[in-house]
Amino acid sequence: MSGHASHEEHSHGSVKSYVVGLILSIVLTIIPFGVVMTGSFGTPATVLIIVATAVAQVLVQLILFMHMNTKADEGWNFMSFVFTVSILVLVIGGSLWIMHHLHLNMMIG
Amino acid sequence: MATDTLSNHEGHAHGHDHHDDHHDTAGTKVFGFWVYLMSDLVIFGSLFATYAVLLRGTAGGPSGADIFELPLILISTFLLLVSSFTYGMAVLAMNADRVNQVKAWLAVTFLLGAGFIGLELYEFQHLIHLGFGPDRSAFLSAFFTLVGTHGLHVIFGLIWILVMLVQLQQKGLTEMTRPRIMCLSLFWHFLDIVWICVFSFVYLMGVL
Repeated sequence: MSGHASHEEHSHGSVKSYVVGLILSIVLTIIPFGVVMTGSFGTPATVLIIVATAVAQVLVQLILFMHMNTKADEGWNFMSFVFTVSILVLVIGGSLWIMHHLHLNMMIG
Repeated sequence: MATDTLSNHEGHAHGHDHHDDHHDTAGTKVFGFWVYLMSDLVIFGSLFATYAVLLRGTAGGPSGADIFELPLILISTFLLLVSSFTYGMAVLAMNADRVNQVKAWLAVTFLLGAGFIGLELYEFQHLIHLGFGPDRSAFLSAFFTLVGTHGLHVIFGLIWILVMLVQLQQKGLTEMTRPRIMCLSLFWHFLDIVWICVFSFVYLMGVL
């Protein structure tokens, strides 16, 4: 663990990084709630906004709150995260795909 | 990390260089906890997939649009979000070796988390009272399982915060309590990230 001091500074953040994370998260929460509660957009646009702000807020919190990066622990944190996300894509995407076809073939949806 | 872990084991085998030993053990603990969180993420992913598949199975009962109260969810969201921030402040206080500040921020985090759980219990109790409990339809079973599993995690996080408050009182900031506070930090931020997905994909999309 050479360069331990700099590792610690980066991985534990500062007041500034937490405040920035909080403000970004608040904005990225208010936007989708506002869009849905006022109903000012059509359904496809609203879905797009919800997905985009959710993904953005997850990334903001992963980086600014959980301090995930590609360098800590020689990248093993990040690698295990990438592995898990691939599993999630398979499980969630696969379930929806299969069940959608099942519905179509059984003519109940 | 792999080499750290290996050399750490060697340290154990060949005698005890205490300082290095403690440090590497702490890093390994936090990484191990990260791997646990990733497996927890797969559980939540499976529950989200189940929910998405059963979404339309309302069996003549209410759909999401009929039962979700967005103002309540917005307040819950802010309680959990701010608690994630206050936990970050606790970690910064720990890095500055200010044990009393750590305790104070942990207490604030606990109160915010308890407020979140209070609102969730109110929502569940209200739905069950209306006859819309998990036994009403496949949609409601999946809803209660997904949101309830997240709520249970938060409750265990609250218990863990209390345990840390007691340990900080008794032991202070030591080689033993510091990694625990770091693991709890990951756990608490993780729960807020899962909640982002819950309010986006369950509540907001549910009322469209």
